[in-house]
Amino acid sequence: MAMSASLARRELDVQRYPLIVVILVPLVAIFLQVLIPRFVPKFDLLDLPLLVTIYFSVGWRNPIAGTITGAIIGLVQDALTSQPLGMNGISQCVVGFFAASLGVKIDVENPGTRLLINFAFTLMNIGIYLFIMHHMLAFHVRTNWLHEAIKAVINSIVGVFFFDILDRVRPRD
Amino acid sequence: MSRYKNILFLVAVLVFQIIGLAVQIRRPNPTGGDQPAVRLIRYWAISLMSPPEKVVHGSGTGLRGMWSNYLDLRHVRQQNQELKQQVGRLQLEQAGLLEDARQGQRLQTLLAFKEHYISSTVPAQVIGTSGTDQSRILYIDKGAKDGLKPDMAVITPDGIVGKLKDVYAHTSQVLVINDQTSGAGVLLETTRLRGVLRGNALGQPQIINMLPDERVKPGERVITSGGDQIYPRGLPVGVVDRVVADTQNPPYIDIILKPAANLGHLEELLVITQASDRMPAKEQQDLAQSAAQGAAVSQQRASDILAERLPGLSDPTALADPGPGQKPAPAATPVVPPPLHPPPALHADHYSPLATPPAASLTPGQAVVDPKYAPAPKSQVAPADKPAAETKLPASKTLASKVPAADGDKTDTGVPVKPKHPATGPAVPGDPAKPKVPKVVVPAPEPAAEPPAGNGPQPQ
Repeated sequence: MAMSASLARRELDVQRYPLIVVILVPLVAIFLQVLIPRFVPKFDLLDLPLLVTIYFSVGWRNPIAGTITGAIIGLVQDALTSQPLGMNGISQCVVGFFAASLGVKIDVENPGTRLLINFAFTLMNIGIYLFIMHHMLAFHVRTNWLHEAIKAVINSIVGVFFFDILDRVRPRD
Repeated sequence: MSRYKNILFLVAVLVFQIIGLAVQIRRPNPTGGDQPAVRLIRYWAISLMSPPEKVVHGSGTGLRGMWSNYLDLRHVRQQNQELKQQVGRLQLEQAGLLEDARQGQRLQTLLAFKEHYISSTVPAQVIGTSGTDQSRILYIDKGAKDGLKPDMAVITPDGIVGKLKDVYAHTSQVLVINDQTSGAGVLLETTRLRGVLRGNALGQPQIINMLPDERVKPGERVITSGGDQIYPRGLPVGVVDRVVADTQNPPYIDIILKPAANLGHLEELLVITQASDRMPAKEQQDLAQSAAQGAAVSQQRASDILAERLPGLSDPTALADPGPGQKPAPAATPVVPPPLHPPPALHADHYSPLATPPAASLTPGQAVVDPKYAPAPKSQVAPADKPAAETKLPASKTLASKVPAADGDKTDTGVPVKPKHPATGPAVPGDPAKPKVPKVVVPAPEPAAEPPAGNGPQPQ
């Protein structure tokens, strides 16, 4: 009974986006992410592609779609860095999976909820990324946890407004 | 099974990516870059992002160029004047440092050290970044088609920026010096301590694994050491910002630097495509021009200083004592200074030039070898009308009569002059360049009524 109710809610609340939006929004987010730090160096504290992953995952409410979205966006991000391919891919596919799983259970339209899930998933993404870097790849790099916490706070605040903007590209029923 | 399909799918994707990571780490490309498959994926991503980046960069450059070239020309004349003055001042400074540079080059030649000069560069524009603070990467609009290769140094006029990592056909990746995976050999300019530079988690360049040294102070300049074979030696890196203890590797310290180049706002870069051990022709030309200009100014300054400190050389009346109650003579118009010969001695003594016999002619235990060099006692200085036989030759007259002046150096009045020396510097005992003191010619003895020649004064 409970399962059927959950499925019904999922069927009702699942968001559908045009294909062009699904392709263009991540591309634009990645493009802005690599372009704006040229003019605003501190912009790299923000992670727009991660916010896009979270947004689509909680909107689709489909863990497989969230996993694929996170993996592709993360791999493109990795390809633009000097790091091995897969570091962002792994972390963001995990985030996409859990964001989609969470979207089935809670109301993600509320700004407070969005603030919290953005903060939590940003921390999760950073944690997985650093775990891969330190323990799987054994890179000898230093971590400033305060810096990472500030990143999570900034992402969660900006994410609220960013989700609001993305809501406008969503087709109305 | 369908119940676990989501989690199985996640696990499959994770395993796939972890295997990919392991392959990249365990099988690095022997040539130093990425593996072909990874490079292909990077190439696709960069090809996806580069065109819009170039469009944005081109349009921004066009707008800025239109503004700066046509609209905002208010202070160009003044700026041009200031720049000209600055160029002149820098040329003089360069001339002043020229001798030091030449000396340094001679020493380097002695030590068989090969200085690497930047002989050719390619200017490039920054079109993008990696977009994450985990990887300090820049993208520039020049690539292999422009002659760029991996590991070439990237600089600005202010200081070093980084090195090329991956080079594609029309774009290249620049690994900036504040990245945690970068590395550069650096040298602290004052303390001459060497170290390795790399970035920290906050994107600050730092010299790692340094032993504590109290001499390292904030503000000290840091330059490239040239030991990494990427950055030419002597390029500015930055200044010491602060020294912090390395908590993970005690007792080492980390020296945080403030980079010379503004790494946060980079637009135009120079890629060093060639470095040679010969100074470029253009640089040699500039150096020669600066040297000539500096020599002219130095000569002018030397004559000014001479005229100021020794006014008697240029104005004979300047040193004349006007006497009590007399007004000093008005300043005469500048005249050409006479040759810098010392004025003749009025009364020669032991300290007069050439009044002392050469050391080779002296005999131990004997006061004076040649009586001609003996100082004449006052009682023997005869007046002009006294017979020469009763007097000895005054030293001044001795010099005047015995020392043959060099050609043309004897004046009409018989005043002895210093012979010309082959070297301009002061004569040093035992120096082969020292002019030989001419032999004293002893005249033949005169009749008995006359005093022995050579000892008596010549009649005036």
